[in-house]
Amino acid sequence: MLNIQNLHARVEDKAILKGVTLDVPAGEVHAIMGPNGAGKSTLSYVLTGRGGYEVTEGSTSLNGEDLLALDANERQRRARGEDEIAAPAFLKLAREKAASLKIDFEMLKRGLNVGFSGGEKKRMEIFQMAMLSPKFLILDETDSGLDIDALKIVSEGVNALRGPERGMLVITHYQRLLDYIKPDRVHVLAAGRIVASGGPELALQLEAEGYDKYASAAA
Amino acid sequence: MAAVQETVEAVAALEKYEHGFTTDIDQEFAPKGLSEDIVRFISAKKEEPQWMLDWRLDAYRRWLELEEPDWAKVNYPKIDYQDSYYYAAPKTKEGPKSLDEVDPEILAVYAKLGIPLREQEVLAGVEGAPRYAVDAVFDSVSVVTTFKKELAAVGVIFCSMSEAIREHGDLVKQYLGSVVPTSDNYFACLNSAVFSDGSFVYIPPGVRCPMELSTYFRINAKDSGQFERTLIIADKGAYCSYLEGCTAPMRDENQLHAAVVELVLLDDAEIKYSTVQNWYPGDPETGKGGIFNFVTKRADCRGDRSKVSWTQVETGSAVTWKYPSCVLRGEGSSGEFYSIAVTNGHQQADTGTKMIHLGANTRSRIVAKGISAGKSTSTYRGLVSAHPKAKGARNFTQCDSLLIGKTCAAHTIPYIEARNGQSVFEHEATTTRLSDDQLFYCQQRGLNQEEAVALLVNGFVKDVLQQLPMEFAVEAQKLVAISLEGSVG
Repeated sequence: MLNIQNLHARVEDKAILKGVTLDVPAGEVHAIMGPNGAGKSTLSYVLTGRGGYEVTEGSTSLNGEDLLALDANERQRRARGEDEIAAPAFLKLAREKAASLKIDFEMLKRGLNVGFSGGEKKRMEIFQMAMLSPKFLILDETDSGLDIDALKIVSEGVNALRGPERGMLVITHYQRLLDYIKPDRVHVLAAGRIVASGGPELALQLEAEGYDKYASAAA
Repeated sequence: MAAVQETVEAVAALEKYEHGFTTDIDQEFAPKGLSEDIVRFISAKKEEPQWMLDWRLDAYRRWLELEEPDWAKVNYPKIDYQDSYYYAAPKTKEGPKSLDEVDPEILAVYAKLGIPLREQEVLAGVEGAPRYAVDAVFDSVSVVTTFKKELAAVGVIFCSMSEAIREHGDLVKQYLGSVVPTSDNYFACLNSAVFSDGSFVYIPPGVRCPMELSTYFRINAKDSGQFERTLIIADKGAYCSYLEGCTAPMRDENQLHAAVVELVLLDDAEIKYSTVQNWYPGDPETGKGGIFNFVTKRADCRGDRSKVSWTQVETGSAVTWKYPSCVLRGEGSSGEFYSIAVTNGHQQADTGTKMIHLGANTRSRIVAKGISAGKSTSTYRGLVSAHPKAKGARNFTQCDSLLIGKTCAAHTIPYIEARNGQSVFEHEATTTRLSDDQLFYCQQRGLNQEEAVALLVNGFVKDVLQQLPMEFAVEAQKLVAISLEGSVG
């Protein structure tokens, strides 16, 4: 599924990613944890093709297709699962998905993100995710700004999409999200490299011990 | 998705200015330049009565004494008024009586522009689709006006200005120049002297005009100016909705378009006036050519409780200088102004409105959306004033500017004058840049950059688009997207 080989990337003159290698097979959920400034968000931006990041070395592919050769929206289209859908069917699906995420249908009549609270924005993203049902998901700091109830709803939405065909990369600061979205593997990203990998227990250990050990090891 | 897809296809198909073609037809010109003789020539061509010629000559003499205004935030080379044709008309023997007599080349032009000139074609359209009557103005003359009979049955007069001067002289004499006086400003004065054609509408008391009225202006001739004059009179309790569209060929020289539009509203009358302006904007790279669009539009709400609404979508022209205004004279009358001004390439737009509250309890509302891209400049300039008698006047103004890229500019210049203590004026303004975050967000949902810009801009201008008649709103939405093609990246 998602394959990252020795990925180096920089913003202007500052090297951020210094050789990330990672494999997320179909059907698995991998979590990336790490301290501030480790390169977590850069990794998600480089994978999704946001402008301003330059890949200096390495490669990344989805199902064998070179992602770096594609525009941002093309990557999204590759990762997307759905076929063309007629308007009535689309509306029906939207109503179902909105109901399952406890989104008031009235909210869908508003301008997107116009006057939305942080929680509403996140919920709307999960709703869009449910509608687009992508083959591969990258969730970057999805838990930030959510209260416990919203966190549960968002997690349920993500878990509903788990399946043997789909891979997920969950990027987070805190272990809390992983109580709801149980990862198969946990990786620690520090100073632009994956410095440790393990099972779900690694997240618990990080929560108890902090990132200090890895930060100093990477430096 | 369908609409977005359509936009993308439209953009791909056009690449450049869609209406930039020229048509070779046998045309008749007045000699180049401007003089009393030219004014007489135009008047004679139109077989006008003496009073009309006198009116024109009076305007011409006043114009000689006026100076071209320079207060607008636009720069353009000095116009040589002697280096232009003031009259260009397709050659016909006596002026076409029916569509069959119109030069097929001209009909082909309108077909290419998608303007229905054959009533049966409009009638044969989709069932339930709203019909609209068209007055087609080609350079200096009106070539055809549709649905005249059906409109006449309910007492509505819809014809070219030339015809109105001949056939409905009393009405024209009573109202022409009563809203925009000949010497109102430099360009209006020039128009008064040399105006060639335009539309005339009269809606009798209590009549609701049964269909949309529209005029389609086309400049075709080289080195010619277009000076159209439109007069709409809504008598007591009358209603009409009117739309004008404009296009011109791509030419390296600048061409002058100086129009005057006068709206007269008596008690309880209502007029909705919409404009989709898509004159040739000039070369996007060099800024060469394009139309100078210097237009005076004003509505006079003479009657109590009368209501006027201006909606404009301005995407074309090299330079736009235009302030559709409302004189709110009648007690409880109201004026609205909804505007989208899009500038790209080297375009300059200085546009806005004037809401002049003269009567008690008059209300006005302004929603202006400016979008600038490329190396363009867009200025909103608006006046809201309440006179001592206008107690209880209310205005709400919202001006939003959206900047795309780093080389464009947006300005907002409001003038607010309250001359009594019982008026409430509100003014809100925002300036934002189309952000990379928003674009990236859309790209994450699989939209490409052009689609993302179209989507975001559409959201920005939605409040104004909603004011347009349905079928034109769709057109206008596409036009805005096309005008901004290639503005990001």
